[in-house]
Amino acid sequence: MSDDIFQGYKGEALGLLKKFNTRVWGQASIETSRGKFVGTVLPRSENDDDQHIVLKIPTGYNIGIDVKTVISIVETGYKKANYKIPEKQFPVTPGLPKVKLFGTGGTIASRLDYRTGAVIPAFSPGELYGAVPELADICNLETEKLFAVFSENMGPKQYIALAKAIGKEIEQGVDGIVIGHGTDTLHHTGAALTFMCQNLPVPVVLVGSQRSSDRPSSDAALNLMHAMKAAGQSDIAEVMVCMFGPTSDEYGLLHKGTRVRKMHSSYRSTFRTIGDTPLAMINRKEITPIHKTYHKRRNDRNVKIMPYFSDEVTMLYYYPGMRPDTLDALIDAGYKGIIFVGTGLGHVNKELYPAIERAHAKGVHMFMTLQTIWGYVHMFVYDTGRDMMAKGIIPAGNMLPEVAWVKLSWVLGQTNDPAEVKRLMLTPVNDEITDREPYNGYLVYQGGVPEVEAFIKKVHK
Amino acid sequence: MNQFSKMDKSFDAQANYERSRAEAGYVPRNEARQQDYDRIGFMSGLEVHQQLLTKEKLFCHCPAGVYNKSHEYDAEIVRHMRPTLSELGEYDGTALMEFKTRKEIVYRIKNATACTYEVDDTPPFPINREALGIAIEISLLSKLNIVGEVHITRKQYLDGSIPTGFQRTAIIGVEGEIPLRNKTIRLIQLSIEEDSCREISDIGHKRVYKTDRLGMPLIETVTYPECMNPDEVHEACDYIRFLNRSTGKVRTGIGAGRQDVNVSCKGGTRVEIKGVAHTKWIPELTHNEAFRQWSLLLLRNKLTERITDSSAWKVQVADVNAETIEPLPDILQQATDLKHDIKIIRLPNFKGALSHFTQPGKMFANELSDRLKVIACLEKPNMLHNEMLVPALTEAQWTLMGKKLKANGNDALMLIWGPQDDMKTAIETIEERCKMALDGIPPETRKSLPDGTTIFERVLPGADRMYPDTDSAPIPLADSYIDNLSKNMPEDVIKRYHQLKKWGVPEDTYTYIFSKNLYPLISDMHEKLGIDPKITGTFIGHKLKHELGKAGKDKFKMKTIFHLFAFLKENKLDYRLAWRMLPELIVHPRLDFDSLLNTLKFKKTDEDSILAKLPFVGEKFEVNPKKPESQHRHNWIMGQLRNLATGNIDLTKLAMAVKANQA
Repeated sequence: MSDDIFQGYKGEALGLLKKFNTRVWGQASIETSRGKFVGTVLPRSENDDDQHIVLKIPTGYNIGIDVKTVISIVETGYKKANYKIPEKQFPVTPGLPKVKLFGTGGTIASRLDYRTGAVIPAFSPGELYGAVPELADICNLETEKLFAVFSENMGPKQYIALAKAIGKEIEQGVDGIVIGHGTDTLHHTGAALTFMCQNLPVPVVLVGSQRSSDRPSSDAALNLMHAMKAAGQSDIAEVMVCMFGPTSDEYGLLHKGTRVRKMHSSYRSTFRTIGDTPLAMINRKEITPIHKTYHKRRNDRNVKIMPYFSDEVTMLYYYPGMRPDTLDALIDAGYKGIIFVGTGLGHVNKELYPAIERAHAKGVHMFMTLQTIWGYVHMFVYDTGRDMMAKGIIPAGNMLPEVAWVKLSWVLGQTNDPAEVKRLMLTPVNDEITDREPYNGYLVYQGGVPEVEAFIKKVHK
Repeated sequence: MNQFSKMDKSFDAQANYERSRAEAGYVPRNEARQQDYDRIGFMSGLEVHQQLLTKEKLFCHCPAGVYNKSHEYDAEIVRHMRPTLSELGEYDGTALMEFKTRKEIVYRIKNATACTYEVDDTPPFPINREALGIAIEISLLSKLNIVGEVHITRKQYLDGSIPTGFQRTAIIGVEGEIPLRNKTIRLIQLSIEEDSCREISDIGHKRVYKTDRLGMPLIETVTYPECMNPDEVHEACDYIRFLNRSTGKVRTGIGAGRQDVNVSCKGGTRVEIKGVAHTKWIPELTHNEAFRQWSLLLLRNKLTERITDSSAWKVQVADVNAETIEPLPDILQQATDLKHDIKIIRLPNFKGALSHFTQPGKMFANELSDRLKVIACLEKPNMLHNEMLVPALTEAQWTLMGKKLKANGNDALMLIWGPQDDMKTAIETIEERCKMALDGIPPETRKSLPDGTTIFERVLPGADRMYPDTDSAPIPLADSYIDNLSKNMPEDVIKRYHQLKKWGVPEDTYTYIFSKNLYPLISDMHEKLGIDPKITGTFIGHKLKHELGKAGKDKFKMKTIFHLFAFLKENKLDYRLAWRMLPELIVHPRLDFDSLLNTLKFKKTDEDSILAKLPFVGEKFEVNPKKPESQHRHNWIMGQLRNLATGNIDLTKLAMAVKANQA
């Protein structure tokens, strides 16, 4: 196939390669107005321009040749890259817990192809063992690739498939489940699985990595070890997210699926429990609970799978001066549920009132959450709040906005009855609304600069 | 005759050391000639690193060139480096070694000099354009073929010196050349890259770095291994450094320029001597490295005569009970106190190897000890053996311990000690290095020591550790952009060299002039003030160098020299006055020249009135019977008038006048 031998090249660059009979993976000697270049022609990234040919030179570096400078190309040899990941038999050790790893498409472990720079995912137990041999000391591993989607493309269909797979696996007697997942929407999935998989007898641990596993400083291997340990050995039978606590390679944190949130675009320690303390600290040796109470591991298999999800729920992030037509548009589009993300204690401006009334009259279920992320909705403090409640907006306590969206979607997948919707929304499945917020739940650095400076100097950040 | 086959009980390690040095034909560098280097097939090339003078770092907006002391930091971050599988599913040699060491890497961060990019918690920002421009300019000066598109590449480093585990680097040009006095050295390539962390300490399983230098823009010029003796390597290195400095856009000072020197001998292996801070150290280091390899090849030949199947060769190990060693050396007593394991290791058929010459003052046993430190994290001293020049244990003690392992007179014995967890790696390390000795020279990077010898630093990384940086887009370099950069380039260093020669500037001033990039100053004074470069060149290369060195000043505005000569010219003063003014000028750089002359008690006097004084001064001369009168009279009169004359009249002219007056 002609496409295949000119991988990624188009326009002028493609024309030039064809003219001089030179293929991708061909060893080429290129004469240009800037001098001579030799190396292997590499595939070109689809999104890059058609003005350059990529060459891997003998020292291992890649360079681009400007097609406008090319005088001639001679293909002197050809060697196509052929790569596959090494597989080693994952050892079965009697006495170790049996852990199932579900793949969703996020790269947990991978290997590099130095010629193309491509990251080849490692997923089968044998491949994972080749990449992170320490796993064999933690558990006996089985893996199953459920689907291959990027984190941002995880959605209702995947939540339901995952919940069902978890149910089946538990019935078959697994000791713990790990789900490899891209990090962007890890917390949405954490909430969805909490609602869909109730009365769990074993841990279900979601894990990802902030630095891809092709780099030596990746957090992937350690996260994977922590997650396997949490799934196989912890007695916390909940849906949890397991990621770095500090940015240092020191310990991970286990966060409740309903209280966790990605808080930084790139930090390793991006996941934080909001409005509460994390469940536990975990390192390769031990699991240290922080939370005093949690759902304990059981021997029965009585999990309750509730795979419901409505796609008629939306969110409305309020901003000052928001016009009612934004809300009207959502009502007209047929949304049955709206999660408001309001300012302060849970407010929007008065101009929206008529639109809110119209929505309420149409039977749209409306709940209020907070832009502040931390704290509770308090709609009794000001008149505005009381007005809004009168118009049908229900305060959602300290439920996080994304969690409220997931939960309302899950609830509306089951019922449309206003009283039942309200009851289900305000009855916590697993701490998505808590009765109280501990003093150290709101643990952000900005409260005491000199003290925190001293603190992070003493302990590893 | 093979001296090892004898079952002699008494072994003279010192004699063996000296004998093996003689057999290797080692000669000290000051006695070495080209024939010596031809005999051992000396071959060397360079990787010259140079920091660029930019405000910010290469991939983030932290300031460049701001340094902090090791104990001044705001936070510490801990990381571990994991090897990633290579293309063939194998771990790279360095990768495996670094993983074996199980190092905990600690980064000390100061907010003023590091952000989340340095600690790998934020992807890179677009490349620093200022740095890119300088790198291209230097590539053009190095006659390199400039690439059409710059591709940022990741180059893996697992020692922790870069928190990501890789260095972002990119090729700017390939295939260039530099002219030396008698030959041309070709260049392989020039790359732009981010500088690494500075190491604070490396003890046991913990290595500490600071991140101030990390991410600063750096270029690396790589030559082909075409230097055939140590002096050529020195000359090539100086040329590259002078070329870099001729742009005036690179950093100077300690650590701003560093080079890695690749050396091999005939039948040897490319060994990289890392981070040589001064070019003047290069000759001794390359000389010793070539001979180290030559000596190790000699050792290999001796060993393979006795050991025919090298793949089957193995060490034998046994535990040692410290109580059975009487008397117990202090070092072993300490190990016992720390509850360390002590092991005796038998190296079958290795007699004479441990005390075999490698470098001046070093023997093969040092190769083992160095690796034990780096790979197994055993701090030195970390071994004893039965061929030490100053024995720590008696022969009887060795024989007794060796019995356990059925050691015979053809074997070598050594003791190691350390934490139990490190013993497996330690033993593997010894076995591995000994097996390499049967094979030849292991490819490694070595650290230079001030005495001109080197020690093992790391296993030399393989080629398969480069891959594209998925966080950065390629950067096209259009012809117009390059043409624009080439407009403001300085002329070639070699051209300047020839020009200085033509001007008659003494040759011993060139190194100073080029290393401080003062050629433009001399040429400026020539063009704008019309001053003979021989005068200014000599002034700079002799007087200025001397006075700055004496004052211990490294910060001095060189432009001041221009102003000084302009002042002398404008006031029609003799240029020799500059020699007198300079020491004061260095102390008081802000003082105006008139005031400076006042402090020197200089009086402006015209030539005629000085010459008019001659008869009067001549009358005051008194004859000293011990000295020849004519010469003495001349000197005495010159002495009387020198202070007044300097700056007012050319001293040669005065001397002639004195002579005429005498006659």
